[in-house]
Amino acid sequence: MVNYKDILETIDMVEREHLDIRTVTMGISLLPCIRATAEETARCVYDTVCKKAENLVKVAGDLSAEYGIPIVNKRVSVTPASLICAPFADRAPLIGKALDDAAKNLGIDFLGGYSALVHKGMADYERTFISSIPEVLASTERLCSSVNVGSSKSGINMDAVGLMGRIIRETASATAQRDGFGCAKLVVFCNAVEDNPFMAGAFHGVGESGTVINVGVSGPGVVQHAIEAIPDADISDLAEMIKRTAFKITRAGQLIAKEAAERLGAEFGIVDLSLAPTPARGDSVAQILEEMGLECVGTHGTTACLAMLNDAVKKGGVMASSRVGGLSGAFIPVSEDIGMIEAAEKGVLCLDKLEAMTAVCSVGLDMIAVPGDTTADTISAIIADEAAIGMINNKTTAVRIIPAPGKKVGDQVNFGGLLGRAPVMPVHNQSANKFIRRGGLIPAPIHSNKN
Amino acid sequence: MRAVVTVVGKDKTGIIAKIATFLAEREVNILDISQTIMDEYFTMIMMVDLSHATAELAVLAEESRQLGEKIGMSIHIQHENIFNAMHSV
Repeated sequence: MVNYKDILETIDMVEREHLDIRTVTMGISLLPCIRATAEETARCVYDTVCKKAENLVKVAGDLSAEYGIPIVNKRVSVTPASLICAPFADRAPLIGKALDDAAKNLGIDFLGGYSALVHKGMADYERTFISSIPEVLASTERLCSSVNVGSSKSGINMDAVGLMGRIIRETASATAQRDGFGCAKLVVFCNAVEDNPFMAGAFHGVGESGTVINVGVSGPGVVQHAIEAIPDADISDLAEMIKRTAFKITRAGQLIAKEAAERLGAEFGIVDLSLAPTPARGDSVAQILEEMGLECVGTHGTTACLAMLNDAVKKGGVMASSRVGGLSGAFIPVSEDIGMIEAAEKGVLCLDKLEAMTAVCSVGLDMIAVPGDTTADTISAIIADEAAIGMINNKTTAVRIIPAPGKKVGDQVNFGGLLGRAPVMPVHNQSANKFIRRGGLIPAPIHSNKN
Repeated sequence: MRAVVTVVGKDKTGIIAKIATFLAEREVNILDISQTIMDEYFTMIMMVDLSHATAELAVLAEESRQLGEKIGMSIHIQHENIFNAMHSV
């Protein structure tokens, strides 16, 4: 039998330190739904998602009650929709609506997979599909979109990078009434993963099986508390403590994932070892870094602290789970982390420092608000920088950036709920137009030639 | 199936009696009890057997939460596997 100290520790983690399972995400293949017409395909997409995930919310609720661990989000990811829409790309919004309707029917907050993979080249149908993203994100509530523009194996598709700068601006304009909210549901990736359970970037890769359960764990508060308990420890002891804590958190995720997969008749996919913050105080990755000894996140030393944290979380998590995947690392979404928000408001945390931080953790420049008059080319250049970090370092990087319509540096955008609020951060005003407009492909790096 | 009941809160008379009655009414068998007072706080952990329980674990968890609110204690019933998973290699 487990000893009583451990039992009380688990209770404390949930009650006081915000331990939770951040998301149980069901990945569903939509490839069998492709029909001759858009209408028939949309109907089949809706029926398939509703049928396969019909018990998702109920099972997650039961598991949460039985094991006494909150499961915050129940979500669905699907095959990249550009593939499903290939024969009728100009009608893609119909598929988007069917997916959004299915999400509403299931009672889940987000459904991911209005996505395209164009890391090496862009077919005409993909270009048409991507052009529909602003309209679709403006007219749907729960649908999330992502576009993969580069990979370590193929290089960076600069035509797609250029296009995505414009698409992000159009998405912001189309949702201007809500501070550009559409952009919070749109991620531009390099090295996108096929089994990511986290939104907004989740999609169900074509290499996956029919129906899969992927689980994302969380627990910045638990890690922060563990570090607080050893205030005078040296860095190796801190790393050890983080590893042990990550192990416990991940074991909870593994148990829920296996149990959920069995009850839902799906395969167990992966556990994503992530420290995902929320805007609640005490559930912040920034506060962990500050607990390590930084006066404010964003100052010198931040990258080193984050590198150690990210690595220790992985080491503890890998030992705890039979299958690890997804993004697996510390997330640093600015608007979703109270410590990041405050540091950005003080001007300590800037875009350049965030970019450096993304080189040592997952995932990238996430939930960052920039002035509404930021040009499409500048946004593309930010994407290109981030994609380059991903490509060279063989890791996933992403950009989820909101050029907030009508807002300038010092203003704030507020999306509410888990998406939080973000201070508008300054960007460099010097142009990268000529670079972005060259187009073409940044060739794959030399270390991609491993065959 | 076995579950762990934890009860934490300010000490007062009759806590064990109330919890034991609640469990007995639902045919939940107590296998092991440990109880102590830490800094004036009552802390009790029970291992219970649910094989003859008259309600599902999820229902018991909700009912025990309500009982906890009524008597001013924090009460949880959780499947024992969560503790086994988190605290053993």
